[in-house]
Order: sequence, then structure tokens, then C-alpha cells
Amino acid sequence: MHFTSMAASASILRTEHLTRAVDGRRIVDDISIEVPRGDVLAIVGPSGAGKSSFLRLLNRLDEPTGGTSYVDGRDYREIPPRVLRRRLGMVMQTPFLFPGTVAENIRFGPRQHGETLDDEAIALLLEQVALPGFATRNVANLSGGEAQRVAFARCLANSPEVLLLDEPTSALDDVAKREIEALVREIVEARRLTCLIVTHDSARPRAWRNA
Amino acid sequence: MLNGLFKSQLILGLAQAGVAALAAIAVMLLARRRHIHLERETLVALVRGLAQITIVGSILVLMLRGPRWTSVFILAAMTVAAAATSARRAKRIPGAFRVSLYAIAAGAGSVIALMTFAGAIDTAITALVPVGSMLIANAMNTNGLALDRFRSDVHAHVGHVEAALALGAAPEETVAPYVQAAYQASLIPAIDNLRSLGIVWIPGLMAGMVLSGSPPLYAAVYQFVVIAMIFAASGLTCLISTTLIRERAFSPAEQLLLRPDAAPAR
Repeated sequence: MHFTSMAASASILRTEHLTRAVDGRRIVDDISIEVPRGDVLAIVGPSGAGKSSFLRLLNRLDEPTGGTSYVDGRDYREIPPRVLRRRLGMVMQTPFLFPGTVAENIRFGPRQHGETLDDEAIALLLEQVALPGFATRNVANLSGGEAQRVAFARCLANSPEVLLLDEPTSALDDVAKREIEALVREIVEARRLTCLIVTHDSARPRAWRNA
Repeated sequence: MLNGLFKSQLILGLAQAGVAALAAIAVMLLARRRHIHLERETLVALVRGLAQITIVGSILVLMLRGPRWTSVFILAAMTVAAAATSARRAKRIPGAFRVSLYAIAAGAGSVIALMTFAGAIDTAITALVPVGSMLIANAMNTNGLALDRFRSDVHAHVGHVEAALALGAAPEETVAPYVQAAYQASLIPAIDNLRSLGIVWIPGLMAGMVLSGSPPLYAAVYQFVVIAMIFAASGLTCLISTTLIRERAFSPAEQLLLRPDAAPAR
């Protein structure tokens, strides 16, 4: 597994010897990195290298068995998990949309901390992910690429500072892959987001850069 | 036919048990032809069931002559055994025995206590133990069904649960649909029992009361009382167990623990 950085400024995320062992096997082994704010970092490696497990540790979906991570200099174990997960938004390989409409999915995150997104905010988010007019669509009727865009909009609705993207285009065809990559790059740049992208394809970081 | 062959009631009872067991084994063999393998579980359950009920029957003969307060200990022992049985059904759930014990003790226990206090259950050991055991047994069944359904639903939706957690949702919010489904599914037998009472089935307790000289109408109404108590005990047990298991499904850092296996490296 290796890391490819694409820009730079002051550090928002830092890991120190981050490790996770399961049944005596180290699936994330002593990772120490520093991610400057606004940086886009590609994590490249073959399947089974522990890339997704590393992102899961950053989002604290799993607990490290060694080392820790710092968000803006603060040990992430001191940050309430729900607050941490809102700040470090994660888009998974599979969208895992909740049954219902696109709008209900996008409203889910903000609703968890008592915020209700109005129709205008939903429409704006859907425009950003190139799905205008999709608010009332049932998620059961979306294509793979559309579902992944909704998952992306759902994550952005929480206004995260860091985006953790776990092979978000791996299940899509080449056209959809290129469209999503271009879209993500556009949004990351417009919002000045810090972004960690996991991929097993060593050509993807270049594709992301050129999207 | 068996009545004519055996004069001793004990031998007749064993012969009847044998015929009933043969029917169960025949079903098991039919299932086997469809590659559904329940042989070991069925045989062990049949032998255990017969041995347990015979031993308990013998103990009850002795205990039923004892003072009324001994029924509390009998029902407490039944609760522990019911929790152990439920926990075996849900053994992949962390803390299943403790959850089942608390839920059955609180669910069935409180209904037994309330109904005894209200006079709906007689305090005589011959009434309290059989009626109490019915409530505990049904609470055990409901609890087992609820835990099993909750576990299988969460296992089938790990991705959705973790997607919700990753969006900053509270753990109880992420599994709310599965708690609801487990509660509803586990109460189906209790609701159907209430619905079909007197139409589809006439429980043994009513027949026993009529045979022992109670007026048939009172026996019928009392049967409703028992079935309604069973529903209350089962519903309360399930409510408690799904609440407790929901909390145990997550770590203090709000990570999903109830997973089909440890998270593999990806």
C-alpha cells in the first residue's frame, strides 16, 4: 500500500502508528501519515492490502489496536464518534442507500443532529452531483452510477471537512467512472475539501488528477 | 388402540410418547429427503424433552406438597433454564444469556407477580407453577425468535447500518427498522394464539379444568385470561430483550459489533 499526495497546506489529519490486528493478523500495519488541509491523497494498493480498513479506522467504524489519529491536532478518541463521523464523511464502495426517496436519503445525515434540509438545499446538492430533479425519485429505481452520486450528495449534506472515498467508482462502468471522478474533483476543489481516495488501480490517481 | 394394549398408565404414557416421537422422526426423515438436516437436533430435543419433563414431573410431585413459597424458587429455576435455552438459539449475539435472563425475568416475572397480586393466578403451588411456567415458556419462545430475527436482519444489513453510522447516526437509529421487525415477527405466534382461541385450538388447560369439575364457561374465560397473560409476558419480554440487545450490538465507541465475522482486510 502506498500514498500519493496531490496538493498541500496546514495539516488537518495525522495518524501515528495506526494499527489494527484481527485474530493476530495485522490488517492495518503501523501507518503514520500527515494530510494537509485541502490535500487530495490517493491510497493505492492491491485488494486485501488494508486500504479500506485504514479508512474505516479514520471514520472510527473500527477501533485501532495500536496508535491513533489526530484531527486538527486533537486525538480522535476524544471527539464524540458522531461528531467525528460528520467531520470525516465517508462514501463506501457500495452506496447502501436507505429505502425511500433520494431526498429522504440526503436529509438523513443533517436530521441526526436536528437539522432539516429544505427543498432548495436538496436541489442544490443534487445539481452539484449532476442529478437535477431527482429529489422525489425512489432509490430502488436508480442506476449504479446514480446511486453512487446520491451517496456522495448524502455525504456532502453533512458538510464534512474531510472526504473518505472507499473505491467509490470500482463497481461502475468506464463512462460512469469518469463522470463521477470529474464530479468529485470539481466539488473537492470548489469546497476546498481534504480528500482521501482508496483505489486498487494504480492508474486511478492519474485519472482523478486529469478528470 | 394403545388403550386396549396397555393397562398400566405409565406404560401407556410411554407408548403414547413413542408414537408421538415416531411422528416427529418421520417428519425429520421427510425433511432429510429435501436436504434439510435436522436429525441430530431433533433426536437430541426429543430425548431431552422426554427426560426433562419426566424428571420435572417427578420433582413436582414432591414439591407440590411443599409450602406455597417454594413456587418462587421453581419459577426462578425455570426462568434460568429458559434464558439458557434462548441464549443457545442466539449464541452469536454478545451477552445473549444475560439479556434473555433479564428480559424473561422482568417480562414474565412482572406479569406473574401482577396477576397473582390481582388474583388472576391462584397462589396455590398447583396453580402458580403450571400457569407461571406457561408464561415463562412462551416468553422464552418469543425472546428466542426476536433475538434470532434481529441478528439475521442486522447481519443482512451491515452495510446499511454502517452507512448510517458513517453519516453520524446514533446506533439505536441505525438498527431501529430491525428492532421493529424483530418485535413484530416474534409476537406473531402470540397474536395468532389470541385470534384463534376457541376456533382453531382449545388449550389443554381448559380441558383439564372442565375434567376437574370447573364450570365450562368459567374454564373458557380463564383460558382467555391465560392466553392474554401469555401475550403480555411475551410482549414485555421481547420489548426488554430487543432494547438490551440493541445496546449490546455496539461498542462504547458506537461501532457495530454484531457482524457475521470480524471485518476482513479490504
